[in-house]
Amino acid sequence: MSGVTPSQTVGPYFAYALTPSRYPLHEIFSTDLTGPGIEGTKITLTGRVLDGDGVGVTDAMIEIWQADAKGSLEHSTLGSGKSNSGFKGFGRCETLAEGAYAFTTVKPGRVPGADGKLQAPHLGVTLFSRGMLTHLFTRVYFEDEAANAEDQILNLVPAERRPTIIAKKVGDNAYQLDIRIQGGDETVFFHA
Amino acid sequence: MSLIYPHESFFEAHPKHDSPTYRSTAKRHPKQPLIILPHTMTELSGPVYGHEVVQEFDNDLTRQHAGEPQGERIIVQGRVLDEDGRPVPNTLIEVWQANAAGRYVHVVDDHPAPLDPNFSGAGRVVTDENGRYRFTSIKPGPYPWRNHHNAWRPAHIHLSLFGPSFLSRVVTQMYFEGDPLFPYDPIMNEVPEHARHRLISKFDLDVTEPEWALGYTFDIVLRGKNETPMETK
Ligand SMILES: [Fe+2]
Repeated sequence: MSGVTPSQTVGPYFAYALTPSRYPLHEIFSTDLTGPGIEGTKITLTGRVLDGDGVGVTDAMIEIWQADAKGSLEHSTLGSGKSNSGFKGFGRCETLAEGAYAFTTVKPGRVPGADGKLQAPHLGVTLFSRGMLTHLFTRVYFEDEAANAEDQILNLVPAERRPTIIAKKVGDNAYQLDIRIQGGDETVFFHA
Repeated sequence: MSLIYPHESFFEAHPKHDSPTYRSTAKRHPKQPLIILPHTMTELSGPVYGHEVVQEFDNDLTRQHAGEPQGERIIVQGRVLDEDGRPVPNTLIEVWQANAAGRYVHVVDDHPAPLDPNFSGAGRVVTDENGRYRFTSIKPGPYPWRNHHNAWRPAHIHLSLFGPSFLSRVVTQMYFEGDPLFPYDPIMNEVPEHARHRLISKFDLDVTEPEWALGYTFDIVLRGKNETPMETK
């Protein structure tokens, strides 16, 4: 069988198809993963995407993927594809002025890790942009979770770099994390 | 069925994050080493979006406005497969492209070529139970960009796919067989040489419809293979 189709950049012109809130196409994805009947603690996650000069990236797309508040992935391709509450677990945001992004979601529960132990609550994150031929994988953890200390994947990251993927609590159920693609305090990215 | 996602399939196919001939990568690639991620349920699962999110005419970019767009009408079809060649059914494909003159409707595109009031250039299609997809559009034009002197992108359609997991997610571009701009395009040529042909659609007379539209075939292979290697094929 022939190999995997190579990645190519999302380019600067994706918004009217992938994040069309300012265009006529109906939207499939949202920055808000919550809704009526969806259980859990509603949280916000905000931040900026910054390039190697510390300048906001105004044409990036961030996607998040997560378990529900109970740590279930029943809504996923590994489950039935449907959750009782209608939770989809997936969000997409384009960065605009200053490279800012914002999601509203529920704090994910704990899902099993590769070591068989429960992972700390986290979001899977993919980052796409002009100037990236292949997307980047990272994660977002939450500062106020004691389970971070025993998380297998966080522990693969050198201690001094862990804060780059742990969102700071900046208010009631409000978290903040900048994604620095390159340079000082560069975000930890993964070969996924 | 659960799949595995060897890291080798990723390295083998995809361009590097630091790709010097595509200048915009300079400030947009990590300089610290990436950390190999053990795959957990977070990575091995993915969102479910199927036929329910697609509306009428999402798969026909020539019928989204009052009139017909300018340009060569085309049909693009193919299969979405995993690394073992098995079909990936019910997976969402999002597509976007320039119009026949090489102009995008996106607000930041300032290429002095005409917009077409009858063409937006965005569509969606979901693969059927055999991994097949098909959409109708017009052939996009090449367009200039500022990467280097006299830089032109070969004609291409952007595609975004999910597949069975967060690891199979990919955004790519489909090109058209025989485009004279191939040797000059850094975005295509930063792909490892042995894998570049996987980005090129083939003209297909069997897909072509008489007195209607030219047909192109483009199969897409996503990451993911069976845990037990297949014997032979
Ligand atoms: Fe393009």
